Amino acid sequence: MHLEHFPLGLIPLLPLLGAVYAGFFGARLQRRWREPVIYWPAIVLPWASFVITVVAVAKLAGAGHHTALYHRAWSWLSVGSLQVDVAFQMDRLSAVMALVVTLVGSLIHVYSRGYMKDDPGFWRFFSNMNLFMFAMLVLVLADNFLLMFVGWEGVGLCSYLLIGFWYRETKNAVAGMKAFIVNRIGDYGFSLGLFLLFWGLFLAPVVTTGDPGDRLAAPGGPHAAPAVDAAEPGAPAAADTGIHGGAPLTSVTFREVQTIVEDPARRDGILGQRVLGAGLITVVCLLFFLGAAGKSAQIPLYVWLPDAMAGPTPVSALIHAATMVTAGVYLVARLHFLFAASAAAMTVVATVGALTALFAATIGLFQYDIKKVLAYSTVSQLGFMFLAAGVGAYWVAIFHLMTHAFFKACLFLGSGSVILGCHHEQDMRKMGGLRKLMPITAVTYALAACAIAGFPFFSGFFSKDEILWKAFDSGNLLLPGKGIALWALAAAAALCTSFYMFRSYFLTFTGTYRGGQDAGHGHGHGHAPHESPRSMTVVLVVLAALAVGGGWIGLPILWGLPNRFEQWLEPAFAGSHHLIESAHRGHGAEWGLMALSVAIAIAGWFAARWLFRDGKNPIPARLLASSRPAVRGVYRTVFNKYYVDEFYGRVFVRGTRQLSELLARVDRDVVDGLVNLWGSVGRVVSDVQGMIDAHVVDGAVNAIGAGSVRLGRSLRRLQTGRIQSYVFGLTTGFVILVVIGYLLA
Amino acid sequence: MIPEPVRALLFYLCAGLALAGGCWVAFARNIVHSAFALLATFAGVAGLYAFLSADFLAVVQLMIYVGGVLVLILFALMLTSRIEEARVSNPTIGLVPGAVVLIAVSALLVYACVKEFGGTTDLPPGEPTTAGIGDALLSRYVLPFEVISVLLLAVLLGAVTIAGGRLRKPAPGGKPGKERP
Amino acid sequence: MSIGLGHFVAVSALLFSLGLFCLITRRNAVAILMGIELILNAALLNLAAFSRYLHGQPDGQIFAVFGIVLAAAEAVVALAIVLQLYRAFRTVDTAETTELKG
Repeated sequence: MHLEHFPLGLIPLLPLLGAVYAGFFGARLQRRWREPVIYWPAIVLPWASFVITVVAVAKLAGAGHHTALYHRAWSWLSVGSLQVDVAFQMDRLSAVMALVVTLVGSLIHVYSRGYMKDDPGFWRFFSNMNLFMFAMLVLVLADNFLLMFVGWEGVGLCSYLLIGFWYRETKNAVAGMKAFIVNRIGDYGFSLGLFLLFWGLFLAPVVTTGDPGDRLAAPGGPHAAPAVDAAEPGAPAAADTGIHGGAPLTSVTFREVQTIVEDPARRDGILGQRVLGAGLITVVCLLFFLGAAGKSAQIPLYVWLPDAMAGPTPVSALIHAATMVTAGVYLVARLHFLFAASAAAMTVVATVGALTALFAATIGLFQYDIKKVLAYSTVSQLGFMFLAAGVGAYWVAIFHLMTHAFFKACLFLGSGSVILGCHHEQDMRKMGGLRKLMPITAVTYALAACAIAGFPFFSGFFSKDEILWKAFDSGNLLLPGKGIALWALAAAAALCTSFYMFRSYFLTFTGTYRGGQDAGHGHGHGHAPHESPRSMTVVLVVLAALAVGGGWIGLPILWGLPNRFEQWLEPAFAGSHHLIESAHRGHGAEWGLMALSVAIAIAGWFAARWLFRDGKNPIPARLLASSRPAVRGVYRTVFNKYYVDEFYGRVFVRGTRQLSELLARVDRDVVDGLVNLWGSVGRVVSDVQGMIDAHVVDGAVNAIGAGSVRLGRSLRRLQTGRIQSYVFGLTTGFVILVVIGYLLA
Repeated sequence: MIPEPVRALLFYLCAGLALAGGCWVAFARNIVHSAFALLATFAGVAGLYAFLSADFLAVVQLMIYVGGVLVLILFALMLTSRIEEARVSNPTIGLVPGAVVLIAVSALLVYACVKEFGGTTDLPPGEPTTAGIGDALLSRYVLPFEVISVLLLAVLLGAVTIAGGRLRKPAPGGKPGKERP
Repeated sequence: MSIGLGHFVAVSALLFSLGLFCLITRRNAVAILMGIELILNAALLNLAAFSRYLHGQPDGQIFAVFGIVLAAAEAVVALAIVLQLYRAFRTVDTAETTELKG
């Protein structure tokens, strides 16, 4: 890979400056000069980052296919074979991520100005948001695992801070803690994976290509320079790295790890390495995937994301929909060369993704909180992305990540607009008929819903359809029937998606407004809902436009149209291209699936329209009121999210607590009891002895005692209590012993 | 390359500084003089380290002993001893047994050293070892290194607890607590 | 006359003896501590010298570094104790602080 210099460090640096400014001086400045002094820098700096990113991407696009922009800020650690720089790298994958993050992030900053108006924590909000932008950009632009981990932890921290933004309510603070702790489990996987990878590469033997039987001892042994030289003419991967055989034995830099793994002299050794009975690469990938599942809310670590909706809605849009939660997908895509080398890990990723997609989508069917619907929809869409990554269609995963960022940000911001309009009401049963009152919000929400449901020519259609097709066509999975089962799960999830999105649309925007009737609840002002301020609606319109048109850069090749997105990312994933197999199911199947997914989207829309339009259809109410145990049981189970939270609470949280209580009880009852028993035994014995002592031995003892006193008095002179005399005795003895020993020898 | 006689001269200078300082520490009547003589000893030993090509050790010796331990000792002196009266500040005891031990032990040890190691000759100045020490500390000796850091933490806490926290007052009527004449 | 291992070890032996003398004759706790510092210095000098002349590796120096750190730790704790001793007895004369003596 060819590296060109570009000051990439500026991109994360600008939001960091904003965070420092608002964080350290914001409270005072806000009191003095009101909100503009906070939001202008906080909004302008991310836009400046966006501009720099665009310039960088333009430069990247003008350069050769295997070029990456590179900026080494300073050397961070240098210990033995561990060399870590604070360095940023923008290849084509990072470029897409950085563009999405800066664009969507900047738009949401603009939106937040209206949404957070008059909040006393205005400065704190913008400081945290800017800090989040910094951490996220470090994550996507990092050149090595350690720097990425800094960003990884940074976004987790910001997520925690922003979920608990309104920390005076215990519920919000608890949601923040839950997110943090669940993420911690994932981070544990990330760091273990990193250690194992670093160590495994170090130990993997170097095999010369000329003579596979000849194994050099790897650690400390001569690095296989001749082997690399011999392999160079025939191996373009090694030739155009720019490192030229000087690749280190192990590394934490993405580029170098890829070079090492793809080095023909090392590849067999690395793939043959085994840990705990499984392949090293498989274990490493599964550990990294655990990290990704924590950050991206996949089974079994998805539970924090729905609770994270306790934060302000722009936060949900930026962190918990568009950017941070996609970090896991980015991680898998970044490590495509590792994942592609392990069919088992790929299968796990794809299966977990597909299961999560369907599981979360079914929960979304019955939620009434508009943000909860969107939260489960996010979990489900992330599942789609992992499905794509798991079947080796990395560019599709990133494509869906991008389109999802657009339409889900639009949906969340639309829901935020609705919530603001309805005076902080989130229950869709108390909304309705908002289309006339909030026309811009309604139209943008509908467009974004069409996009996520996969209506033809909307962005979600292109990306989701491609995922379904790639899953169907996959030849890599270790499952019977290859990808068909996963495809079926994903198609069912797509049906649910279409249904619940339009359900939320019809419940919220059609029919009559149901909020005003609840007179006792209205805070004294029974105002009708109102459209949001201009700064918010403009953002909604821009995002809706992106949600509609954003997919056009990835048009299906099947239609004979150029797929610019795939061409753009193709060099980034070239290293794993040859490892991904297709099942060769042919164009007919692809056309058929496309038609089927259109039918699915329309079916979902139609069902939602039939049941929920204008709130007239009595069936939902009748179903809810039904006393038939089967109906009630299913409804309750799904409405309560399959009781997973309760299960975790009972098994892990209460289990830990009970274990500690048990140990405390052991300590109290058993250990203390033993000690007490010992004590009382001692007392009984001493009582007995005392009696014997008092009556039998006293006479004898008195005699001995008198003797001891006399002896002690004479010995006491030796026990002076002065160190000096002890040292003197010690030294004199030593000298005498040495002299005696010398004389005897 | 420093010529041989100059090297020897340097060695004797350093050794002399260390030993003269040591003598003064041991024999001075005023304890503050002792403490400042300790400075000479530490500096002399640092010079000897430099002579042994242990550059890192020399610097550490200066920084920790002179910069840390000695300052601590001086502080303790100021806080505890009535230093203006030499007789009170540095009382001695048992000078005769001390002198006996001094002569016997030094004679014995010097005799043994000269007999055992007198034959070894000088080595040319070696490479600086700082990088090697750094590598070793973070690889082979990383466990002792970490344990030492835990120890330092414990010392920190211990010193604060011992020096800062008031011990229980001795029982009334006991000897301590009274101002002595 | 060239400087050999014997010279260093002899210097260290003399330092050690002086420290020992200090330890035996002084009554002031701080002065005793100074004696201990002399002894420690002698030992560390030995480590460095042996590592240079007999071993050829810097391992002895590493032990010496550890030793210096330990000496510093020891000095800190000992001086804290001295302070507390002074607080309790108004003196640091070890001949007079004999509370435990029968």
